[in-house]
Amino acid sequence: MQHIVDMTNLDKYFGDLHVLQDINLSVSPGEVVVVIGASGSGKSTLIRCVNGLEEFESGSLVVDGHELAPKGANQQNLQNIRKEVGMVFQQFNLFPHLSVKDNVMLAPMKVRGASRSEAADSAMKLLDRVGIANQADKSPKQLSGGQQQRVAIARALAMEPRLMLFDEPTSALDPEMIGEVLDVMRELAKEGMTMMVVTHEMGFAREVADRVIYIHGGRIVEEGKPADVFDHPQNERTQSFLSRVLKH
Amino acid sequence: MDSGFTFDWGAAFGSLPYLIKGIPYTLLISFGGLAIGFVIGIIFGLLSINKNRLLRWPATAYIEVFRGTPILVQVLFIFYGLPDIVGGPINALTAGIAAIALNSGAYISEVVRGGVQSIDSGQSEAGLSLGLTRNQTFWSIIWPQALRRMIPPLGNQAIVSIKDTSLFSVIGVGELVRQGQVYIATTFTAFEVYFMVALLYLAITLTLSLLLRIVERRGIAST
Ligand SMILES: Nc1ncnc2c1ncn2[C@@H]1O[C@H](COP(=O)(O)OP(=O)(O)O)[C@@H](O)[C@H]1O
Ligand SMILES: [Mg+2]
Repeated sequence: MQHIVDMTNLDKYFGDLHVLQDINLSVSPGEVVVVIGASGSGKSTLIRCVNGLEEFESGSLVVDGHELAPKGANQQNLQNIRKEVGMVFQQFNLFPHLSVKDNVMLAPMKVRGASRSEAADSAMKLLDRVGIANQADKSPKQLSGGQQQRVAIARALAMEPRLMLFDEPTSALDPEMIGEVLDVMRELAKEGMTMMVVTHEMGFAREVADRVIYIHGGRIVEEGKPADVFDHPQNERTQSFLSRVLKH
Repeated sequence: MDSGFTFDWGAAFGSLPYLIKGIPYTLLISFGGLAIGFVIGIIFGLLSINKNRLLRWPATAYIEVFRGTPILVQVLFIFYGLPDIVGGPINALTAGIAAIALNSGAYISEVVRGGVQSIDSGQSEAGLSLGLTRNQTFWSIIWPQALRRMIPPLGNQAIVSIKDTSLFSVIGVGELVRQGQVYIATTFTAFEVYFMVALLYLAITLTLSLLLRIVERRGIAST
């Protein structure tokens, strides 16, 4: 089966910092890949490469059949890739000047050319699915963090993406709101969505991930099924990372 | 020492009908110039933050030149200097509007730049990640938010520009101050007339402040 993401020998620099080093990574349709690692190890940069929010210097990257060229080359596929890839950010990044519903309707109307009523219908369905239909006309600011993040998920889903990227979606949330966001993500995974998730929620990773990837210093140091990585980490760096984060 | 001066209310009010004839010119120069200045400000403000140095540099040069020289010199240059180049006289009203447009345009460019740069980069990342083009992201996500933040400094600039038009009496546009000067030349009631001129400016600027405050409050209420 064709992969949704195919990264081969990918290298990325921020100036002198070799932030991603020779990354090889494939994601199959329906697969949930959780990326773990210490702060600053390159997790965000890695998944931001997938939808072209970060450029890379060398290697190859194919997303849903569209090749994304390294920095400097023609980026004609960028738009095609972004239409197919949804992203959820740590800080939600909802549009504060639009209502919750309009947040969800914007991209289908602008990018897919959906009519207002079509977009409104599917926005309401999506908001219902993430449990916020009754807040549709509010401003994002009036919602709790957990609710805002669920709107952000609905907004990304409105483009009917083939792949969803999550960059620490619960890290900015109060502890009591983490569960409601993880529940929505768990549902999505169950329904067969292909997902790449950066998270520190190891319980979620163990339960939902098909594969866990541990990054250290811009390299994939270890990857495997959650049970293997969590219970029998091979690399000593993974061992010490896990012993730090799992100890509580 | 008693100067023997008493405020002559008759002279003050007597000048009003004459002074008021200047108000349309004051408003026309101010708001005509500001409208053009707003367009200039959007264009040059956005150019000044463009990644392309060839676009950025001329925009920055324009901004620095028109912020760094007195508006009085600018209008004199346009009215007395430019005719030598264009080969014909320039109408005083046109010169006044052009001076306000170019001068406010430079300040408004900075307002636009600041407004746009104040919007969190996460906003454009969210737009781009949804598949919007750079232009769509800018005009439907960044710009509406930036514009809202720009209202107070734009209001400031409008008030400054309205007051700046008073300098254009030097090129003989029949705006408020000019009307006052002409009136005083025959009545010699400088104190009363300039007092009324000041009051009229205040009436215009206070009205504008009030309107802006209402717009601002609406903007915040709908955010
Ligand atoms: N835009 C940037 N410019 C320069 N350095 C950056 C930039 N973004 C991230 N970095 C650096 O790259 C490294 C990896 O960052 P990031 O991918 O955000 O790590 P993580 O998400 O794992 O915490 C860090 O050292 C960070 O400081
Ligand atoms: Mg990160």
